[in-house]
Amino acid sequence: MEKLKSALSNCYLSLIVLFMYAPIATLVVLSFNSGRSRAQWSGFTTDWYVAMWADETIMAALRNTVIIAFLSAFVATVLGTLAAIAINNMKPVSKNIIMSITNVPMLNADIVTGISLMLCFIAFRISLGFHTILMAHITFNLPYVILSVMPKVRQASKETYEAALDLGATPFQAFLTVVLPELMPGVTSGFMLAFTMSLDDFIITHFTRGAGIDTISTLVYSQVRKGISPTMYALSTVIFLTVFIVLMIGNYAPEWAKKRKRTV
Amino acid sequence: MSRNLLELQNITKSYDGQLILDDLTLDIHENSFVTFLGPSGCGKTTTLRIIGGFEKPDKGRVLFDGKDITNLPANKRQLNTVFQKYALFPHMSIEDNIAFGLRIKNKTDAYIKDKIKYALKLVNLDGFEKRSIDSLSGGQQQRIAIARAIVNEPRLLLLDEPLGALDLKLRQEMQYELIRLKNELGITFIYVTHDQEEALTMSDYVVVMNQGYIQQAGSPEQIYNEPENAFVADFIGDSNIVPGIMVEDYHVRIFGADFKCVDAGFGNNKPVDVVIRPEDLEIIDDDDPRAILHGEMTHIIFKGEIYEMECTTPDGFEWLIHSTELHEPGKKVGLYVKPSNIQVMNKPESEDEEALGVEE
Repeated sequence: MEKLKSALSNCYLSLIVLFMYAPIATLVVLSFNSGRSRAQWSGFTTDWYVAMWADETIMAALRNTVIIAFLSAFVATVLGTLAAIAINNMKPVSKNIIMSITNVPMLNADIVTGISLMLCFIAFRISLGFHTILMAHITFNLPYVILSVMPKVRQASKETYEAALDLGATPFQAFLTVVLPELMPGVTSGFMLAFTMSLDDFIITHFTRGAGIDTISTLVYSQVRKGISPTMYALSTVIFLTVFIVLMIGNYAPEWAKKRKRTV
Repeated sequence: MSRNLLELQNITKSYDGQLILDDLTLDIHENSFVTFLGPSGCGKTTTLRIIGGFEKPDKGRVLFDGKDITNLPANKRQLNTVFQKYALFPHMSIEDNIAFGLRIKNKTDAYIKDKIKYALKLVNLDGFEKRSIDSLSGGQQQRIAIARAIVNEPRLLLLDEPLGALDLKLRQEMQYELIRLKNELGITFIYVTHDQEEALTMSDYVVVMNQGYIQQAGSPEQIYNEPENAFVADFIGDSNIVPGIMVEDYHVRIFGADFKCVDAGFGNNKPVDVVIRPEDLEIIDDDDPRAILHGEMTHIIFKGEIYEMECTTPDGFEWLIHSTELHEPGKKVGLYVKPSNIQVMNKPESEDEEALGVEE
């Protein structure tokens, strides 16, 4: 009976994983297909990957995507961490109000955020381009960082901060040496989350980019209309793997760090 | 007596309109072990935080070695604190925890290494340098917290209920450790606790606080044997506090019985409060001529080293008695108290003072 139960539950789990990853597996397989057909396997090739690296528009889009993801995640992490600390020190009523205000953009439909950001940039006569995508990404990343840092801020003991002051540290030294390390797990997961959110984003980028600048997602979208080239499968595979690896690091890094600490 | 290291002058502090400290003035001598003793909410921790620089008083001044440090931030003060919950830095090794203050002061590595070794030896944890904080027991963590504070060679060490989280046996051990440390280091300790036994065991000078006021300050013997008011008498140890009449000097009347005492200067026929410690009541035979009070044994609890008993006198008062001799309930006995063991106190004069007294 127990055996049957565990066999069934394994079966169920495999099905879920299959349905979730089958489309991605198809994409990965097709990216190595030498023919252009989506239905027929014509032989293994890595040509599409080579073609992808050689394609200057794809590479420019990739550079933009990574730079924007990194910069927006970094700025959002710095601002979000400081904001979380400040919010935590507020009186309960204002704390609740501010937390609700920061939570709303996360629930807001991307298309609404995208259009309203675009209108806002135009209203303030900011020409659309790389910088507007960056600003937009920082904006939508902020709440995610605050949300992931907040629990750590709440846990952090006030006493360790005071102990650092007591031992002669200035408030800034105490923050760097004692408070920040305590918040670090929340800060890194906030950064990882922001980074992947930015990599993933299409809709907001679509509305806030100017002419002549593309990220991977907007490039794929514009190519879809012309008929998809298998280089796009190769590119999508690379994006998937990047996000996958970043998420894995985000999830397992704290455990690795703990293990290393234990062995030391 | 040695000179003052710390002077608190007219310190007043309130939070959200609630008065925590009211015009508190206190001198602390160099090289003494001073304890702030009182129930929770009496203002003792706030006083410590004001000395440590974590709070600013609304009014009053803090003088350290004669210099006004009221507005000096915590990191500039020549004193260190051992926090109630240890407040060790969890992401650092023991070594790094202890070295923290020294690294801030840019001491050389060799100096720091020596100091760590010395401090760990002092708290009986040699060889623990590389261990992590989570691998330590509560008592060991507290020793590290002490080591981390004393490597900075503070002139004054503040300890905020440092033994509160430890179990009884460990607490007693640590009490002796702290006394030894204080004597070896020759620095001034200010210790905050709500545990009267801890205060009496360790201190040279006890400051009993309640509701933001100093109720009494003095040596442990003075506090225990000559409490100045009913609050102090009740808070420090068990006691029988009874109303009496000071008939004349050296003569007090309690429940109609006349006692000789050693107190004088209260005036004739003045109402007073009288404190008699439970171990000072002697149980003697009912027909013994020395018996001043007569009563019947009512309750008995075995407490280990003593029996805690109650003797009810005809007026209905239940006298608390500690003795190593067992007297069964129901037995008629006589009670005797040596004149020197009777402590006479003024009754609270104003309502304000009354408010500070014991809750009945």
